[in-house]
Amino acid sequence: MSGGAGERGSGAPNGPLLEIADLRVTFATAEGSAHAVDGVDLLVQAGETVGLVGESGCGKSVTALAVLRLIEHPGLIAPGSRVRFEGRDLLALSERDIRSVRGNHLALIFQEPASALTPVLTVGSQIAEVVRTHQGGSRAEARRKAVELLREVGIPDPEERYSSYPHQLSGGMRQRVLIAIALACRPRLLIADEPTTALDVTIQAEILELLDGLQRQLGMAVLLITHNLGLVAERTRRVYVMYGAQIVEEAPTEALFAAPAHPYTQGLMAAVPRLDEPRDRLAAIPGQVPPATAWPSGCRFHPRCRSAFERCQAENPPLLECGAGRRARCWLVEEPVISRQVAKSPRTGQGEGGRAA
Amino acid sequence: MSPPPLRRAWARFRAHRTAVAAAVVVAALCLAALGAPLLAPADPLAQPDPVGLQNRPPSAEHPLGTDRFSRDVASRLLYGARVSLGIGAAAALLAVVIGAGVGLAAGLGTAAVDQVLMRSVDVALALPRVFLILLALALWEDAPAWVVVGLIAVTGWFQTSRVVRALALRLRESEFVQAARALGAPRSRLAVRHLLPHVAPAVIVSATLDVGNIILLESGLSYLGLGVRAPAPSWGNMILEGKDQLLSAPWVAVAPGAALLLTVAAFNLAGDGLQDALDPRTDG
Repeated sequence: MSGGAGERGSGAPNGPLLEIADLRVTFATAEGSAHAVDGVDLLVQAGETVGLVGESGCGKSVTALAVLRLIEHPGLIAPGSRVRFEGRDLLALSERDIRSVRGNHLALIFQEPASALTPVLTVGSQIAEVVRTHQGGSRAEARRKAVELLREVGIPDPEERYSSYPHQLSGGMRQRVLIAIALACRPRLLIADEPTTALDVTIQAEILELLDGLQRQLGMAVLLITHNLGLVAERTRRVYVMYGAQIVEEAPTEALFAAPAHPYTQGLMAAVPRLDEPRDRLAAIPGQVPPATAWPSGCRFHPRCRSAFERCQAENPPLLECGAGRRARCWLVEEPVISRQVAKSPRTGQGEGGRAA
Repeated sequence: MSPPPLRRAWARFRAHRTAVAAAVVVAALCLAALGAPLLAPADPLAQPDPVGLQNRPPSAEHPLGTDRFSRDVASRLLYGARVSLGIGAAAALLAVVIGAGVGLAAGLGTAAVDQVLMRSVDVALALPRVFLILLALALWEDAPAWVVVGLIAVTGWFQTSRVVRALALRLRESEFVQAARALGAPRSRLAVRHLLPHVAPAVIVSATLDVGNIILLESGLSYLGLGVRAPAPSWGNMILEGKDQLLSAPWVAVAPGAALLLTVAAFNLAGDGLQDALDPRTDG
């Protein structure tokens, strides 16, 4: 209940809204410690939509949870990690202060609308709960706001739906309720973790339209976490690609899709079915994501990379500048000769790699 | 639209005939205990004629006969039901509240809190419960009923706390708890609003089953002369008083004995029915 609304916008007004620097999260497991997030740097400016892409298990969801300090035992956010939001160091806040940020200035929507709502409480009371947590006020007032929010996210008969239980609503309606909850306190940043993965395609489009409209209306920033490249291409201005608990590429969306710099990103794009380039088979990335307890030495992608050479096995590259606002964690950026050779090689020549050269 | 979970549980419970019969018996027993002053043919303590009316068999005037002090057995049985059911319900309720509270705290708290609470429970479970209660009541002579309730409850919540903790540990990983946490809910609210309704079925079942056991335990204490003391009637001390005339005047001990059997069986069967109704996974 500690009032946090008044502090909104304090701190560094011109700095980034969210700044993650050298974020590391480890989980103690029977097989040793798993480095689920290993030195992630990420920026989100106010009002901007940023994508975070990667396969399941690459650490993108853990990154989202770590921002709000929702990592629980046996997970641990390593000392030295930094998460600044609206100029405040979230990792240094007291338990009480971080609670006043969660769901208030910074909201999270989860993947599964079916299971992110408490099944035994009415959806309306769950919205009202968040309103009262962060804004206080009477029950009646919170109820009125909850009904208003239900209307805002396009739920018909909001007065009646207030008293519905989650299982009485469809998947799309539940996701709308979750959006209503997330937006109840008008956050500056919404982290949406696979917000449409569990929904039908038609419903997906509706939900994304809704999110788009609300984002424009509220001027909030969105960090869209997904494995769906189509979604990223359509909705984001900038993208971070994650592999093996690290950011492997960062670029403006258009530039990334025009010419992916990292072989992993190239592989991801080659694996997306396209109507304009008919193919017999989709190009899959060979091999599997290694377990987080045993990342390979050198570049984490090298065992699956068809452009790998000796240096890749020995040294993990840093994020190297490779254009305006672009960085890639790949030695090829520094080795244009090899890069050209790779681009000319017959296997990559037919895919996006050809355009990259 | 599927019906709310409670309505489904009710439908399942109704389909369970033994459980419904048991629930009816439990309800009738409760009503009888509450209505004892209206239903009892006589004052349970009155000794109208200790010499002439001693150990009379059941008759129209005394439906269950009289005991050796000429007191009406039926009336004593009804008033004794108040004691047995009252202590049983109060102690079970208190035990369940303590158990659920400790279980939620352990399941939702930090690893250190969990360790301290659960290791203490492990130790407590190793203590001989009946012996402890006997000792306490032997030292505290003429302990009032609430002390008996307290002793039974304080020594009876360990299993409940373990069950609730296990459920809480499983639920804290669930997405709706994560989501509620991500929205800024403090732990106490997670426990009460988001978790308690989910552990309630298990808790209700264990409380119902507990009532039967506690009634037996209390009767045992009274039988040993340590629980409810004469002349106040309780089923346990009625059996104690009747045991010497078991052959000459069997009704004095048999009536409370039968009542005890019926009550405990009813609570256990109703508890089983509730379990099947509230937790569909145990459906045979």
